[in-house]
Amino acid sequence: MSPYVRRHLSLRDPTSRMLFASLAVLLAAGPWLPSWALSLSTIALGKGLVVLGLLLLMRTGLVSFGQGLYYCIGAYAAGVLAHQVKVTDGLVMLGAAALASGLIAFVLGALLAGYRAIFFAMLSLAFSMILYGLLVKSSALGSTDGFNVDARTLAGLPYSGGASYALFAVATMAAFISGWGLHGYNHSLAGRIAPAIRDNELRVEYLGSSVRAVVHLNYVLAAVMSGIGGAIVALAVGHVDPEFAFWTTSGEFVFVAILAGTGSVAAPFLGSILFEAIRSFATQYSPNTWQMVLGVAMLAVIMFLPSGLWSLFQRRSERG
Amino acid sequence: MSSVAPVLIDGVIYSSWLFIIAVGLTLIYGVMRILNLAHGSLYALGAYAAASLVGLWFARGYAPLGSYAALAVSGVLVGITVGPLIERGLLRWLYGKDEIVLVLVTYALFLILEDLIKLVWGVESYVISEPYGLLGSFTLAGVTYPVYNGVLVMVAVLVAVLLTWVLARTRSGKLLVAVIHDRETAAALGINVSRVYLVTFTAGTTLAAIGGALTAPTVSVLPGMGVEVIVLAFAVVVIGGLGSLPGAALGALIVGLVRSASVHWAPQFELFAIYGVMALVLLVRPKGLFAGIEARKI
Amino acid sequence: MAIIEARNLVKRFGAVAAADDLTVAIGADSVVGLIGANGAGKTTFINMITGYLKPDAGSIQFEGQDVTRLAPRAVTRLGICRSFQIPQLFVTQTVADNLLVASGIARRASRTADSAESMVADALERFGLGAWADKLASVLPEGIRKLLDIAMALAARPKVLLLDEPTSGVSAEEKFGVMDTVMQAVRPQGVTVLFVEHDMDIVTRYSDRVLAFYEGRIIADGTPQAVLADAAVREVVVGEHGAPRRVEEAVDARR
Repeated sequence: MSPYVRRHLSLRDPTSRMLFASLAVLLAAGPWLPSWALSLSTIALGKGLVVLGLLLLMRTGLVSFGQGLYYCIGAYAAGVLAHQVKVTDGLVMLGAAALASGLIAFVLGALLAGYRAIFFAMLSLAFSMILYGLLVKSSALGSTDGFNVDARTLAGLPYSGGASYALFAVATMAAFISGWGLHGYNHSLAGRIAPAIRDNELRVEYLGSSVRAVVHLNYVLAAVMSGIGGAIVALAVGHVDPEFAFWTTSGEFVFVAILAGTGSVAAPFLGSILFEAIRSFATQYSPNTWQMVLGVAMLAVIMFLPSGLWSLFQRRSERG
Repeated sequence: MSSVAPVLIDGVIYSSWLFIIAVGLTLIYGVMRILNLAHGSLYALGAYAAASLVGLWFARGYAPLGSYAALAVSGVLVGITVGPLIERGLLRWLYGKDEIVLVLVTYALFLILEDLIKLVWGVESYVISEPYGLLGSFTLAGVTYPVYNGVLVMVAVLVAVLLTWVLARTRSGKLLVAVIHDRETAAALGINVSRVYLVTFTAGTTLAAIGGALTAPTVSVLPGMGVEVIVLAFAVVVIGGLGSLPGAALGALIVGLVRSASVHWAPQFELFAIYGVMALVLLVRPKGLFAGIEARKI
Repeated sequence: MAIIEARNLVKRFGAVAAADDLTVAIGADSVVGLIGANGAGKTTFINMITGYLKPDAGSIQFEGQDVTRLAPRAVTRLGICRSFQIPQLFVTQTVADNLLVASGIARRASRTADSAESMVADALERFGLGAWADKLASVLPEGIRKLLDIAMALAARPKVLLLDEPTSGVSAEEKFGVMDTVMQAVRPQGVTVLFVEHDMDIVTRYSDRVLAFYEGRIIADGTPQAVLADAAVREVVVGEHGAPRRVEEAVDARR
């Protein structure tokens, strides 16, 4: 590891400090949170992981409209392990989710790494819809109803299922490790080549680096994060169904990514919590206008805050 | 194999339906470089408008054959009112932004329109099946089809011929093609690109709405009917090449036939088959079958 | 010993021959100016050497190795780097970050002991970019953009540097400054330089050999003085054949 990366991973770096502090606060506050808050937070952290992966891709200049593919693969990997293979440990399920997503992403990424812009976006959408179609027609996997998922232990410790503190703690750790790791990665050479690819791919090739290799790597990393996120959500709600792979699910991740902006590795999680909070409020009080509100909010962010909500924090700190 | 004929016929019918919807999408992209994710919602709006108008028509007891005029009119009305509204009211302020940003804008539009439909028409389904059975049926290769489906095929062919003629023979059409090829040069030559955009977007959304109106008698008109359509339309235009009219026709034919074959012989692989074909085409021709030429960059 | 040898290169774009049976050998440690009207094939020649375009026929050898079919990435790693007519920069990043990416990639390929930061500091100094280090690449004046573009190409310490119109778009006062800076940065290391230029003063001053291109062929090859005095060159490249003189006479007559 280069000393440069090490410096950014240490407590001398403000972002790392903030991440460590957040981890401590969340783990400490967890036992005091009411169960609806634990549930909301756990789901938000899981989905935030997906958005974190999306942001890595966006940093590379690619918008994936199909992260739902790996979100679903991760969820179903956890589910199948619990349901069919009768595995009872949640952490093993997370591992399986990561492995399954990573392997499939390695194969699909080899194809997708050659595409950009609209084509990349829509091909990724296409693949997620293929999975959706396969799952809907699969009676063995419960078709449109899906099936229930539960675990008995988490890393050997007893776990009662659903969004309990144990799962919340695991989700928080996963979010922290991913965020912190990505922060370091962003300062490595590969991490710095990503925005260069976004700016001028041709120049990167002419400097002697393989654009395809970096895109492929980032695609796999994003997929693994999405898979783990999917498994966390599957355990939190205790259920999986094909909707995990529907393109509108991927669209929601894109929305949160736009909302959050690429400014900080913490932004996806904050954006995700905000989104989940608003969603549960909106679907309760006006289920038929919730999508419209989302659409209008998205337009507002695109037109007036193109760097996402995080840019509000950045402007403030520039003034102060 | 005696079962090939129904596959072919169903495929052609399905392709016609796909073509009417997808051609608007490809035109809008070709001219404006916007991949309109709200296209499916325009399709749905056309279907709902048709459901209302045709429902009204029969409720008033007018001549049943006139309901076809009501179908056509509802599609056109939706297109020429909603299209300019969206283009002038929203899109106009966002030209020049990244292509992906515009996709996200149309996605936001899709979300808004889906709920707007629910607000106006509610969440129950509408059924207006009278026009579907009105013309009777015919038998081909031992299977009976409603004449309505034959009409659908004819409409698709008509649209294809009309568009080809407009783009190749009329002045406005040639201006459109010029903008598709090179927007900057076209503007430099004095072409009113802004007006071309308005016309194109309106034409595209009208075609989607007509597609929806024509579909209304054949299905239950439900919220969310636009959502799966956009995914299919997208496969069609990518296979054919974004911005290409013959591409949309060929893409529609391919997707229609593949889907028909899958539905008849291996139903669980329907979407897989369609997108599998799309992935295959892209492997051989990365920009689709009728992609344009790219100019030198450095 | 020729460091680059092009043999019988052919490249057609439809009816246009950008390279028409082109054969030329470039000596190591030389500075070669490539002149010719727009479309004569100079940039196509550079694009073929660097692997961006594949010739329809013929071959290109670098230090005796066949590089005809290699991708730009591989050609760069072998030791041929180029700058661009329109500077290819990472526009959302600062000058320092641009150089950091270039240096980072270069040092990983060469496994040098120098840190990327020290390579950046070195480049900033050699090219006089210190004052611009924290400025975004998008706000730079053209001369500085060109220098940054070239500095990035040199991060890999190439044996051959290809410059595509290094002073085009640069103001008249800055032109010589840009070329002086670049030459001082590379010539002491014995880097072979090929540059495409339209400004004949620059060509005369900096090159020891000139190749004149016309319709995909080299119509003159020699010292700057010899080539620029060549009648064919004066007609199709410099654009003489009476026209400029007649314009001058007409303008004088009106005074």
